[in-house]
Formats: sequence, C-alpha cells, structure tokens
Amino acid sequence: MLAPDDNLLEVENLRVSFGTERGVAKVLDGVNLTIRRGEIMGLVGESGCGKTTLARAILGILPANARHETGSLRFGGEDLLRMPRRRVDDQIRGRRITFIPQDPFASFNPLFRIGSQAREVMKWKSPRRPEHAGRGLFGFFSRYPRARRKADAADAVEMMRTVQIPRADEAFDKLPHEFSGGQRQRLMIALALMPQPDLVIADEPTTALDVTIQAQILKLLKRLVKERGVSVLFTTHDLGTAYEICDRITVMYAGQEVEMAPVDDFFQRPSHPYTVRLLESLPKPGREPREIGGEIPGLVDPPAGCRFHPRCAHATDICHMKRPATTSVSAAHDLRCYHPVGATVPA
Amino acid sequence: MREAPILKADRLSRHFPVRNAFGIRTGAVRALDGVSFEVAPGETLGIVGESGCGKSTLGKALVGIHPLSGGAIVFEGEEISRLSGRERRAVAPRLQYCHQDPGNSLDPRWTVRRSLEEPLIVHTELEAAERVIRIRDLLRQVGLPQTHLDLYPHELSGGQQRRVGLARILALHPRLVVLDEPTSGLDMSVQATVLKLFGELRQAFALTYLFISHDLSVVRMMCDRVAVMYLGRIVEIAPTETLFRAPQHPYTQSLLAAIPDIGGRRVTDTFTLEGEPPDPARLPSGCRFRTRCPRAVAACAETDPALRPLRPDHAAACLLAG
Ligand SMILES: Nc1ncnc2c1ncn2[C@@H]1O[C@H](COP(=O)(O)OP(=O)(O)OP(=O)(O)O)[C@@H](O)[C@H]1O
Ligand SMILES: Nc1ncnc2c1ncn2[C@@H]1O[C@H](COP(=O)(O)OP(=O)(O)OP(=O)(O)O)[C@@H](O)[C@H]1O
Ligand code: SF4
Ligand SMILES: [Mg+2]
Ligand SMILES: [Mg+2]
Repeated sequence: MLAPDDNLLEVENLRVSFGTERGVAKVLDGVNLTIRRGEIMGLVGESGCGKTTLARAILGILPANARHETGSLRFGGEDLLRMPRRRVDDQIRGRRITFIPQDPFASFNPLFRIGSQAREVMKWKSPRRPEHAGRGLFGFFSRYPRARRKADAADAVEMMRTVQIPRADEAFDKLPHEFSGGQRQRLMIALALMPQPDLVIADEPTTALDVTIQAQILKLLKRLVKERGVSVLFTTHDLGTAYEICDRITVMYAGQEVEMAPVDDFFQRPSHPYTVRLLESLPKPGREPREIGGEIPGLVDPPAGCRFHPRCAHATDICHMKRPATTSVSAAHDLRCYHPVGATVPA
Repeated sequence: MREAPILKADRLSRHFPVRNAFGIRTGAVRALDGVSFEVAPGETLGIVGESGCGKSTLGKALVGIHPLSGGAIVFEGEEISRLSGRERRAVAPRLQYCHQDPGNSLDPRWTVRRSLEEPLIVHTELEAAERVIRIRDLLRQVGLPQTHLDLYPHELSGGQQRRVGLARILALHPRLVVLDEPTSGLDMSVQATVLKLFGELRQAFALTYLFISHDLSVVRMMCDRVAVMYLGRIVEIAPTETLFRAPQHPYTQSLLAAIPDIGGRRVTDTFTLEGEPPDPARLPSGCRFRTRCPRAVAACAETDPALRPLRPDHAAACLLAG
C-alpha cells in the first residue's frame, strides 16, 4: 500500500441526495474513491449513476435541491465539506481544483471575448495572487497590480499556444462561437490549467467530439497533465476513452462504487459481475454485444443489499440483504461483491 | 453482378446559402457535393464521417425532408426526386427516416398510443379496431410492455424513446429505413439491446437500412458496406471488412486509427493526425482533405480527386490510393 500522503483526494462514504417529486433520491450512497498525486483516475458508469453529482460535490457546486451531504472529502488533508464556504470559493474551486465540463458551449459566456474570460480567471485564481488577498467586497474593488497582470497575460498566451490554438494572441479577441467544438474544448483545457491546479475534474470532456478530434484532445490533455504532475478525475461512460487516458478506473453503479483497479488489470481481470457485463456489451468484431438485461434501478427506492442484484446472474440471498464490503482481488484491485467473477473476459 | 439496387443516388448535391451580418449572400456551404451510390435490397449501408460532413443532410434529402440542389434519386425503379407533393407522399411510407434525436421526433404532448396511431390514420385505411391490434403488435415487436401505451415521452428512457420512434416507422411497412445516429446518447448496455433489435427487425420485415453513425465499432458490426464522407463527399466506399482491414483513403485511415483499441496500443501514443476540418464554406483547392492529410503531395492542391474504383466493389477519392 502507498502511504496516505500520496492521496491528494480521499472521498469517504459520501452521501448526497436530491429532493424530487417522487421522494428523496439517494444519488450518491456511500461512495469511496481516492486520487493520488499526478494520477488520472477514471470514473466510469452509465447515465444517471452519479458521475456528475460526484464531480459537483467535489467542486462544491451541487444544485440547490441537493441535501444530506455526509461523509468526507479530504483534499490535501482537509475536509472540503467542513471548510468555510468562503475559503472553498476563494482558494479551492477554480484555483486548486478546476473543472472541464462536458459541454464547452454552455460553460463560456457567449457575450465575452475569450481574452476577457481568461483574464477574469487569472485575476482571481492565478497562482501569483497572494493566498490572503482581499476577499468579498474589498477584494472586488482591490487592484490587479500591473506587474502581475502582465505576467498573467503572458502565461495565458503561452497556455493558448500549448493547447495549439492557432494565432493565440488574436484568439483573445474572438467570441466563443467563433471557435469549433474541438477548439472550444482546447480553450477549456487551457482555462482549467492556467491557475496551476492540483486537481482537474474533467466531466466527459470529449463525449461531444468526433473521433479524430477526441483522439487529439485526449492526447493533448494526457501530455499536459503528466508534464505538470496534475491529478485528474476523468468521468466517462465510454470504456475505450477510459482505456486511453486513465491510470486507474473506478466503476460506479447506481450511486455506489463497485470496482476499482489499475487500468490494465481492470481490462484483463474485471471481477465485478457488472463490470464484466459492461465489457461484454461493447461491440467487437466477430462477437455480438451481449445485453445486460433488466433496468437501471430508480434511486428513490433502490434495491437493498448490492444494488446490482436484480440484474445479476450470480446473486444469492446474501446479495439482497447487505451491501458487500470492500475486498481486494489483488494489492491494488478492490471490489464490492460476494461472488466475484474469476474468469477473464474473452478478448 | 448484383441485384438491381433498391436505391440509387446520382450526383446528389445540396447547397445552403451563407449570409453575412446584413443578410447578403456571400457564398454557400456545399453540404452535399456530388454524392453517388447504390444500395442493394436487404443490404445495410453504413455512412460514417465527422460532424458536419453531410450525413444527416444526405439522409433527409433521400427521404424528401430536404429538397435537393441537384442530382437524382431512383427508389424501387422510380425517379422520385422530381415528384409532385402528392406523388411523393405515396412513396413516403416505403422510405422512412428515423430521427437522430428520438426525444425531439416524438410529440411531448402525445402518449405512446397516440404517436403510434397517428401515422396509421394518415397513411392507411385501417379501422379503429384494426389499429388497436396493429399498435399492440408493434409494441411487442420493438420489445415494449403494453403498459407503456399511456406514457408520455418524458416518462421514457432514451432507449425506450428510440423503440417508440422505430415502432412508429415500422407501422407503415417501410422498405428502406434511414437510421440517423441510432445509438448516440445511449448507454452501452442499452445500445447492445437496441442494436440487437435492429438486427431482428431487419430479418422480420426484410428491411434495407442506411445506417448513419460516427461510431465505427457499431458500424463495423451492423453494416455490409460502408461509405466514408468528408465535407460533403464520399471519399471511400467498400465492403465493411475490406474497409476496416485495408482502408485506402488517408482520411479513412486516420478515422480508424482514432478508435480506442482496448487491450491494444493506446491511440494517445500513436495518433498523428493534426488540425481540424476546414470551414465548409471555404474549401481548399484540390483535395478537400489535403490540409490535414499526412500524405499530401503538391498535386493534391491542384487536382480535386474523383471517387474512382480500385476494385469492382471498392472506390476511393485520393490521388495516391490504389
Ligand atoms: N438537481 C437534481 N434534482 C434531482 N435529481 C437529480 C438532480 N441532478 C441529478 N439528479 C439525479 O441524480 C442521478 C445522477 O445524476 P448525474 O447527473 O450525477 O448522473 P451521471 O452519471 O453524470 O449521468 P450522465 O452520464 O447522464 O451525465 C440521476 O438519476 C439524476 O436524475
Ligand atoms: N438548415 C441548414 N442551413 C444552413 N446550413 C446547414 C443546414 N443544415 C446543415 N447545414 C450545414 O451543412 C453541413 C452538413 O450538416 P449535416 O447536419 O448534414 O452534418 P452531419 O454529418 O449530419 O453532422 P452531425 O454528425 O453533427 O449530425 C454542415 O456544415 C452544416 O452546418
Ligand atoms: S454482490 Fe451479489 S448481486 Fe452484487 S454483483 Fe456480486 S454476486 Fe451479483
Ligand atoms: Mg453527467
Ligand atoms: Mg447529423
């Protein structure tokens, strides 16, 4: 085992629920996950399993109807859930933890030029800004010292070049809609890396892109974060993308993690029945994809015990009763299942 | 050699005007720029290519949702692109388009029952009682429980919405169905179910599919032949396995090289294509792929390569191919 010091983020027993018309939806129900320094952790699961909710919980931007946040989110040793709101807003989100969202169209302000959006990021979140520079009203009116402004601007141009935006300095005078989808995602990556964060949360950052552009963006993101030693939480529903970019993979099912392993081990020795079925549902030449069967459960009244049991061919009585504890398949490969699958998936 | 085609597209073109801020026409996007191909009865022809290359425009032009700027469509032996409104409507039931976004194609105020009954009222002479039976059969054929008849689209999952969309189309006994991105936005497990359904329906109803998708692994599984489009043109067309094993056009080669290969070498280590597609309203001279092409030579800026046969069933539009 690695020393706990190597963990940048430790999510422990996190619970988040939402008030809905039909009752309280237990969207994250005891989630555990760690991210080490410099590693890309993949969070994989089907639509509605809670990927975006976990991403937003870490960033401290859950929607207004979210309730009952319990558990802990230890980031660099401190619990984000118990940190004063102001400190999270000022020193953590956008500064030490940044965000690359799924939809780059929605996350730019369409009315402002790219340059002014980059400048805004740097004004408040640049690593040159003293930790205790003014906050609140005082901070709002405080000066943006000229020397820092110049250095920040130079960094921003440099970052645009790094993400291969053609004619970076001219790009600053353009509006978001003047860029293609792939370029907007490059700009998003640039904005996320400018503050030199420790952790980047990338929520399905390539789902809206074409395959060739996706390959270019994944290649770029991987190179940049590895060069800088930045950790990434990379959510995706696409196992191929996870294979491309992640060091480790966590699978989530209906708001709970079920398996976690280093990437190669994950694909060679998937052990949770759900993971195995997910892999079998991928189209591959010479093999019909196999359906999982059954339906993803509702979260207001989810199945007791292992949430996968109504769809699981291996389920026995115990599976209906209690959520399986975490066990280890091997040193770095964790699992929550009473009846792990021993055989490997046919390649 | 082959059976008479069920569909023949001949030099189809479709131009959209580009206007400046004052509404003055400054040019045109050639969304379809001379697209020709044939589809044999019972065949599934895949159409792949990047966003904006004209896949949906092609699908919509074939079924008459979009008018053409030029070219001809022969469907079941009949030239249909110049038919009048009423004659064209007579063809419509046999040639159907399945929408890219199933949520959008279903009326949010209609129950599943109403959505399925409407095409039967418009296009058939069936009595009310016969329609009820027909609707029940359709629901069973697409694998939805009868209890779903009274649900509204927002109460259905993405996969279920897609099933309703299909049931609506099958109601009219089509001969050819254009499936536009039929699995996009679906989860892996749902996708497997929906693909299986397409296969079963093809058998049961002797359907011919035009299968539009940007997911190459799905296309490989579902299609007999594949046409690759780039900026309004078909740049390569071949039987599926030939195309995947021995692609001849550099764009097809890049497209295939971009697919993650679980267990194999990582695309992030091997992928070399740079740049993005040019503005479709301002195409480069010569070959439209040359601005990204890793193999481009001087001649590529001079000559616009036509789609030319390399073998009887394999054609590519590249000066260097073959
Ligand atoms: N504001 C909200 N109010 C009520 N329910 C919500 C809210 N936001 C999310 N949910 C529910 O929480 C569950 C998890 O949603 P989340 O967006 O985290 O899933 P996801 O894994 O990101 O899915 P996707 O792959 O579709 O993006 C879903 O069932 C969703 O309906
Ligand atoms: N109604 C329209 N007016 C103007 N331009 C249009 C219109 N519809 C499509 N286009 C343009 O025609 C080209 C082809 O669009 P089309 O929707 O056919 O692409 P596609 O291959 O289906 O892409 P996607 O994979 O994103 O669905 C694009 O450049 C698009 O911007
Ligand atoms: S715990 Fe039981 S139900 Fe859950 S995956 Fe394992 S065998 Fe299946
Ligand atoms: Mg999400
Ligand atoms: Mg389309």
